[in-house]
Amino acid sequence: MARLLEVDRCTLRYRTDRAVVTATHRVSFHVEQGDRYVLLGPSGCGKSTLLKAVGGYIMPDEGEIRIKGHPVCGAGADRMMVFQEFDQLLPWKTVLENVAFPLRAARRMSARAATEKAMHYVEKVHLTRVAHSHPHTLSGGMKQRVAIARGMAMEPDILLMDEPFAALDALTRRQMQDELLRLWDDTRFTVLFVTHSIGEAIKIGSRILLLSPHPGQVRADVEDVGQATPEVAAQLEQRIHDLLFAPAGDAGAGLPAMAEHA
Amino acid sequence: MPEPRVVLYAPSSTAVPEVSRPVTAWRRLWDNATLRKTVIIVALALAWEGYARILDNPLLFPTLTDTLGAVVDHVRDGSLPARTWTSLRVLVVGFGSGVVLAAILTVVAINTRIGTDILETLTAMFNPLPAIALLPLALIWFGLGMGSLVFVLTHSVLWAVALNTHAGFLGVSQTQRMVGRNYELRGLRYVFLILIPAAFPSILTGLKIGWAFAWRTLIAAELVFGVSSGQGGLGWFIFENRNVLDIPAVFAGLLTVIVIGLAVENLVFRTIERRTIRRWGVQA
Repeated sequence: MARLLEVDRCTLRYRTDRAVVTATHRVSFHVEQGDRYVLLGPSGCGKSTLLKAVGGYIMPDEGEIRIKGHPVCGAGADRMMVFQEFDQLLPWKTVLENVAFPLRAARRMSARAATEKAMHYVEKVHLTRVAHSHPHTLSGGMKQRVAIARGMAMEPDILLMDEPFAALDALTRRQMQDELLRLWDDTRFTVLFVTHSIGEAIKIGSRILLLSPHPGQVRADVEDVGQATPEVAAQLEQRIHDLLFAPAGDAGAGLPAMAEHA
Repeated sequence: MPEPRVVLYAPSSTAVPEVSRPVTAWRRLWDNATLRKTVIIVALALAWEGYARILDNPLLFPTLTDTLGAVVDHVRDGSLPARTWTSLRVLVVGFGSGVVLAAILTVVAINTRIGTDILETLTAMFNPLPAIALLPLALIWFGLGMGSLVFVLTHSVLWAVALNTHAGFLGVSQTQRMVGRNYELRGLRYVFLILIPAAFPSILTGLKIGWAFAWRTLIAAELVFGVSSGQGGLGWFIFENRNVLDIPAVFAGLLTVIVIGLAVENLVFRTIERRTIRRWGVQA
C-alpha cells in the first residue's frame, strides 16, 4: 500500500523581485498513518515552505509530493492547514460557523449535519461556552483551538500545522501542547507539525526531521521520540541542538537521512 | 543546596472588594452616540434660528421656523414628496447600476492580471473627472431626462466603489486567501464566500463614498436641468423656487437633501455597520 505522505527529493524555489531562492534542496521523507511528524530547523531551512508545498500552495521545482500515492496538485481539503496567524479564522463567522463552514463548502454536507459535527469538535477543544461568539472576542489560545477543531472536524488525511503555537505566550503554549497530545490520544490523527523550538518538537513529535538551512536539507531523522523520559528528552534536546548548530561537515552534512535512535 | 519551597496562601476569608461596578447613568447616557449627535443637531438648529432672527432678512437667510413652515406647506400640496420621490428613483437606479458595474469590473480585476490593469487605468483616467463635466455630453447622447441623469450618476458611483472594493480585495490577508483555497473554493464561490466578506470594511466605505457622490451629482445635475418626463427632482425644486425668490422653499429643499443624507447615513449604513463589521470586530 502507498504511504500516506511521501516527499520525494523535493526541491522548492520561490521568486523574489531580485532572485530565485532555493528553499529546500532534494528533501525526502515520508509520513505514516498516525505519525506526529515534526519538521524542525532554524529559520531559513525551508520548513514552512515545505509544509506549504505539502498543502499544495507551492509546486516543487524538482521531485514529487504524493498523498496516498497521488501527486499533490493544488490545495485541497484532504490536507487541512492550521496556521500561526490568528486571522486564519474568518471574522464574519462565529466559532461554530467557522468549524462548520469547510464541512459545507468542501464536503458538501447539509447545514444540520455540518453544525452537529462542528459542535462535536468544538466540545472536544472545550469551547462550547463560546461556540456562538465571533473570533475577535477570543484569546489567542482559544483561536488556535478553534483552528485545530476546524482542521480535525474535516477528518483530513493529514493535518498540517505551521508553528501554530509560536504566537502564544509561554504558559498558553504549554497548555496547548498538552491539549494537542490529548486530542491525538483520542483520535490518532496524522499530523505534520512545523516548529523552530527543539523542546516543542520533542514534546509534540513521534518523529522529528532535522533540517539545516540555506538551502534546507535533511540533517537527521529522529525516530521514536514519543516515549522519551525527561532525562532522555534533555539529552536528546542537547544532541539536536549540537546537530543543528555544529559547523557543516562535522556530522555528515549532505549525507542522506541519517537515522538517530533515541 | 537548598530545595525550592512553595508557600501556599489560603483564600481570603474577608469579602473581596468589588470586582466590577456599573457605570453611572450620566456616563451611559453620554456613551450613546445617537444622543450625542442629536445634541449637536439641536445646537445647530438653535444657532440657525438665533442668527436668522438677528439678521432679520428672510430673502437672504430665513429662520428655521419659516423653513419648517415652507416644508410643511410643500408637503401638504404634495410637491416636495413628489420631487423627492423623483430624485430618489433616479438615485437608486444610478447608484445601483454603478455598484453592479463596479462589482463586475473588480471581480474580473481580481481574477486576471489584464483585468487589474484595465481597472487601474480606467480608474486613474475617470475618477478625477467630475460627473457634472460629462452632463453636456450625456444630454447629447441620451437627451433631456432620466437617461442622462443615470449616466452621470453611474459615472460618479462606479469609480469610487470600484477603487475601494479593489483595494479591499488586495488587502485580504494571505492567510485568509490560503484558508479559502484550503476549503477548495474557486472562482465566484471564492469571491463571494471569502473575498467579499473579508474586504467588507473597504467595500462599505466605497458604498458610502459612492452614495454621497451620487446624491451630490444628482442635485447638481438637476439644478442644470430638472425635467424628466415632465417632472423635476429636488434640485429643480430648489432652482425653481429661487427663480420666484421663495427663499424659505429653497431652504426647505436644501433641508430635505440634508435630512435624506443624514437618514441614509444613520439608518441604512449605520445599521449595516452594526450588523457586520462591528459585530465581527474588524472595525471599532
